[in-house]
Amino acid sequence: MSEKISLLIVDDEESVRDSLFNWFIEDGYLVESAENARTALNMLEKKAYDIVLADIKMPGMDGLEMLKRIKSIKPDAVVIIMTAFATVDTAVQALKDGAFDYVTKPFDPDDLSHLIRNASKQIALTSENESLRNHIVILEHVEDLIGFSEPMQKVLKEVESVAASNASVIITGESGTGKELIARAIHANSSRKFFPMVSVHCGALSESLLESELFGHEKGAFTGAVYNRKGRFEMADSGTIFLDEIATISSKMQIELLRVLETKSFMRVGGNKLITSDFRVICATNKDLKKMVENGTFREDLYYRLNVVNIFIPPLRDRTDDIPLLVEYFIKKYCNAMSRNMVTIEQAALRRLKEFDYPGNVRELENMIERAIVVGNGKEIKVRDLPLNRDTVAMSSIESLDDLEKKHISMILNKYEWNISRASKALQIDRVTLYNKIRKFDLKQSE
Amino acid sequence: MNLLQITLVSMGYFELNLLESVAKSVGHEYQTMVNIRDAHVDLSTYFDPARKQYNGNKLLKDIELQYAHDDAKTIGLVSVDLFIPILTYIFGQAFLNGRSGIASSYRLSNERYGLPHDNALLTERFTKEVIHELGHAYGLIHCHTPRCVMQSSTYVEDIDQKKISLCTNCRTILNLTT
Repeated sequence: MSEKISLLIVDDEESVRDSLFNWFIEDGYLVESAENARTALNMLEKKAYDIVLADIKMPGMDGLEMLKRIKSIKPDAVVIIMTAFATVDTAVQALKDGAFDYVTKPFDPDDLSHLIRNASKQIALTSENESLRNHIVILEHVEDLIGFSEPMQKVLKEVESVAASNASVIITGESGTGKELIARAIHANSSRKFFPMVSVHCGALSESLLESELFGHEKGAFTGAVYNRKGRFEMADSGTIFLDEIATISSKMQIELLRVLETKSFMRVGGNKLITSDFRVICATNKDLKKMVENGTFREDLYYRLNVVNIFIPPLRDRTDDIPLLVEYFIKKYCNAMSRNMVTIEQAALRRLKEFDYPGNVRELENMIERAIVVGNGKEIKVRDLPLNRDTVAMSSIESLDDLEKKHISMILNKYEWNISRASKALQIDRVTLYNKIRKFDLKQSE
Repeated sequence: MNLLQITLVSMGYFELNLLESVAKSVGHEYQTMVNIRDAHVDLSTYFDPARKQYNGNKLLKDIELQYAHDDAKTIGLVSVDLFIPILTYIFGQAFLNGRSGIASSYRLSNERYGLPHDNALLTERFTKEVIHELGHAYGLIHCHTPRCVMQSSTYVEDIDQKKISLCTNCRTILNLTT
């Protein structure tokens, strides 16, 4: 087994790297080494290593920070933290952050052999698990992107092809369609995945706040700037910056943004040092940016700089085939979150959900399901549990009064679970009239 | 195919018959000529006062620089306690498929473990250690065959479990007659 295991040794001390290298190579492992965390993360981007042995104390990024970054992308990675200065606190922290083990240098030869043997067992289990999962998942970290409909499959294909490149992306789509999820999927499948994805909701910040958020500020730059602060562009170094609601930024910020995108360098507010950062930019908007360019409210040069690739997420009403899957996903999600037994959904309720037009898109459907689980009977989601009151169900298709009457009677009957007495009372007609209407409109109780 | 000849460089205080015995067994195992060479080296350069041991990495590098050559496998023999920065101690080490290695007798004698001196056992253990490091120098990695001399050994008891020779697999890799 040992022939197949690959090891990456990360330590700033050459003698340690050499010692471990020689020790493991004699055992038949495939060994490589890196002198710092950044190099190691770059190597991990290009190649998968089974075990990472990392020193805790390194200049720049330390072993614990590197552990967090590896774990955030590959939670089952086997990372062993080494240190020459053992403290209980760091050991606990390393294990909490997901380290496989924590060892103090120098180690006993026997401990090292045991450690690697145990790690090898863990890897065998993980790879078995992974090979099973690989049959199902093509893209990474797209668990929340539900949809087998044609428009959604097209979006996922676009995500897959654009992820590998470094191109700027604009994600467009109505509010609640999942633009940030698409951005996360692009980041998680790109070569920048070991570095942060930093999100900025431009619409939520005033011009001056946004400037300070994006570029950071020096102590004393303005009232309240009591300490130096890194900006989001700086934080996104080697990673991705996600600018949500890009259409809301002011003309001044548009100029600033254009300059940063062109030079990848900027100064903190109140600072005089030029900072460079290597980031990829992904923007999102629910506005028609092209129209804004035509109207002169959005800079054309910035638009073309950002709009290298455009991914359009279709609204939920255009992919109703995905609704049953989404409903099932949200039921599972919220039943688990609320520690409840799994509930089902009655056919009539599902039918009504498919007919709804969802101005708030997937987010609205999610909220509906969450609410239905909270207010429902805990076994089955019924029509009455769904907030469909401002129902616009097929309203546009209704023209005659008869159609409207039929729809309304049907809705009231469903609401009262076909209890004729309660339904006739609500409709303010007598029971005989209601029976006549049911016959006239050929209404049937759904199973 | 004949393997490259072997040079054993004595860097400690060893009895001549111990060295001759080791050389004889090693030559027999690898079917090649073995030379013994005396080197008067001041090992205190390699002493680490914090660990009270001798730095095996530094020593190996110096052997490689000063004694190794392309037409032989050179093993430095010492009687001091060796360490490498990440391990508490080592019995020896060698460059895999390289020209040189080192082996220490320090932790191989019975007296270290409160037992009566046994010269024959010390010679046997030291021979195994030298054959093991030479195996690495000839390109062999640790072997999982029970009792093969190329099995990894952490404790002296592990060395005692091994035979003084290579298993059939390891011999085949080196094209040695079985």
